[in-house]
Amino acid sequence: MGIPRFSILATTEEAAPAKRAEDKVSDTFFQKLKGFSSDDLFEFLATSIGSLVLVILIVTSVVLTRGSLAVFGKFGFGFLTGTDWNTSLGSESYGALPYILGTLVTAGIAISVGILISLGIAIFLSEMAPSFLRSPLSQVIELLAAVPSVIYGFWGLFVFRFWVRDYLETPLSTYLGWIPAFHGTATGYDILTAGLVLSIMIIPTVSSVSKETMMAVPSSQREAAYSIGATRWEVVKLGVLRYGRSGIFGAAILGLGRAVGETMAVTMVIGGTPGPYVLPTSLLKGGVTLSSLIATEFGDATGLHLSALFGLGIVLFLFALVINIFARLMVWRVFKVTGGIVE
Amino acid sequence: MDKELKAENTKPILISRPVEPLKIQTDKLNAWFGNNHVLKDVSLRIKENHVTAIIGPSGCGKSTLIRCMNRMHELVPQAKVSGAVLLDDANVYAKGVDPVSVRRKIGMVFQKPNPFPTMSVYDNVAAGLKLNGERDHARLDRAVKRSLDLAFLWEEVKHELDKSGSSLSGGQQQRLCIARALAVEPEVLLMDEPCSALDPIATAKIEELITNLKDQYTVVIVTHNMQQAARVSDYTAFLYLGQLIEYGETTNLFENPTEELTERYLTGKFG
Ligand SMILES: Nc1ncnc2c1ncn2[C@@H]1O[C@H](COP(=O)(O)OP(=O)(O)OP(=O)(O)O)[C@@H](O)[C@H]1O
Ligand SMILES: [Mg+2]
Repeated sequence: MGIPRFSILATTEEAAPAKRAEDKVSDTFFQKLKGFSSDDLFEFLATSIGSLVLVILIVTSVVLTRGSLAVFGKFGFGFLTGTDWNTSLGSESYGALPYILGTLVTAGIAISVGILISLGIAIFLSEMAPSFLRSPLSQVIELLAAVPSVIYGFWGLFVFRFWVRDYLETPLSTYLGWIPAFHGTATGYDILTAGLVLSIMIIPTVSSVSKETMMAVPSSQREAAYSIGATRWEVVKLGVLRYGRSGIFGAAILGLGRAVGETMAVTMVIGGTPGPYVLPTSLLKGGVTLSSLIATEFGDATGLHLSALFGLGIVLFLFALVINIFARLMVWRVFKVTGGIVE
Repeated sequence: MDKELKAENTKPILISRPVEPLKIQTDKLNAWFGNNHVLKDVSLRIKENHVTAIIGPSGCGKSTLIRCMNRMHELVPQAKVSGAVLLDDANVYAKGVDPVSVRRKIGMVFQKPNPFPTMSVYDNVAAGLKLNGERDHARLDRAVKRSLDLAFLWEEVKHELDKSGSSLSGGQQQRLCIARALAVEPEVLLMDEPCSALDPIATAKIEELITNLKDQYTVVIVTHNMQQAARVSDYTAFLYLGQLIEYGETTNLFENPTEELTERYLTGKFG
């Protein structure tokens, strides 16, 4: 490698002819290197990093599958529908249903409450806020996404839980207690609180993606609505929300993805212990989610118990994967399809 | 329904009257974008049941002028208006007038077709009526058919009313937008270069339907195309740098312009 380097540096007239013959090989090597532009380098780097993500994804699924073979081998499909969770050696028995449902119910609360608040924020930011307010406000809201989830957990545990208990759950259980979903005593340490904390945590994502979607709606759509006599709210409905609906839907699903996977804050406020009792039959009951169960028991699990946690992991992984792919597809559609309008 | 009856009842009276009634009058209308003064003391009298063309070089304020008539101008941040626009002698800028009600009486069609792409052809046309709270299917059906008929689109789409509004051709989309505007039964239809994105055949269709519309509506059309102004309009206004330079019957204005600026514009000396 020393010689070719020298041949580049040797620019003097007499050195060149002598070198010519023996440097044939290294010359072509250098031409190749020169032909390898920074664009190619960038493409190479980007491709390898991109494929790395894929490799990680594949490795994760392999590890999860291998880890959960034992539990699926023993209980088969029953692992997904069972409700027992007995970790004492000899009488071990594992069923994931309460935690699958716990995850779905908390995420469901999160998304239904979160989407309403987020849409309100997004509509305000994109359609109503004066432009000098828009960018600082959006930044503050996006900053909320940077708050670590354990902080949300603390806040949920020491502050928010009592608001939920006093202002929401007490009236709910007093007046609507006859509805099974509101059975139980108001403790603020339950599925409802967990769902609501989650709903706050997904607001930054859902509202900022919705806002971007709305701002991408061409103003000709708003004018179309105005011109047939729409009021301001009707313009938002007719010209903006309808046009951007798949992007907004995508934003919601993206939030759902986060809600399904979120662990720390939920673990801190959901307040249930694994077993058939935490089947989420009422919102005022303690619950357990897939991720909170994995997080609390992973430390001292071995053998079949560990395999059961892997089994929960694979269910969670599939949920998150499907939800996210779906969401990306929806969001991507908005920015691609202009609806065939002459633009 | 109501409108047709009224039109029939008033016809004999119209004939006996020497002067045709005015539909829209602008009185010393001024408009700004921020500090940019784009309309200067424009006073224009638009006759009912006629087609009025507004011509002038690019940037002279044609779009701004018609957007002031249905209070769309004020939707632009920093935009200002002064002066008056009278619709049947009532100032649309008077205190307490709801711009929404003005826009229901003065419809608008834009330069680029802008149907609602996520709605069907039917829903596009019915959108305005549904805003007004119309839920009766039979009445909606009738209004949709009537509007699409007026826009010369019914025959082409009657079997595909469920198709998306954006799946139509550009010319069909523009006629769909015309139908959408007509469905709320406005009294005036403002059109801002409605054919500039269309091919000659689509343009011819729209010109024909404009001529048809004046039995029932007052039409104001902005156009860059002199031949189009000459073909479709009864009156023409020439606007230059935000000022109304000349206004009169289209044939007069085109054949014997009184202002030198108008003549120079018509003969292609500028613009
Ligand atoms: N949204 C806007 N914001 C700021 N200025 C504007 C805006 N729209 C138009 N203007 C300015 O107002 C003036 C008149 O514009 P207008 O659109 O009314 O002209 P026009 O006669 O319709 O032109 P064209 O024939 O090109 O459509 C122009 O100088 C333009 O720069
Ligand atoms: Mg214009």
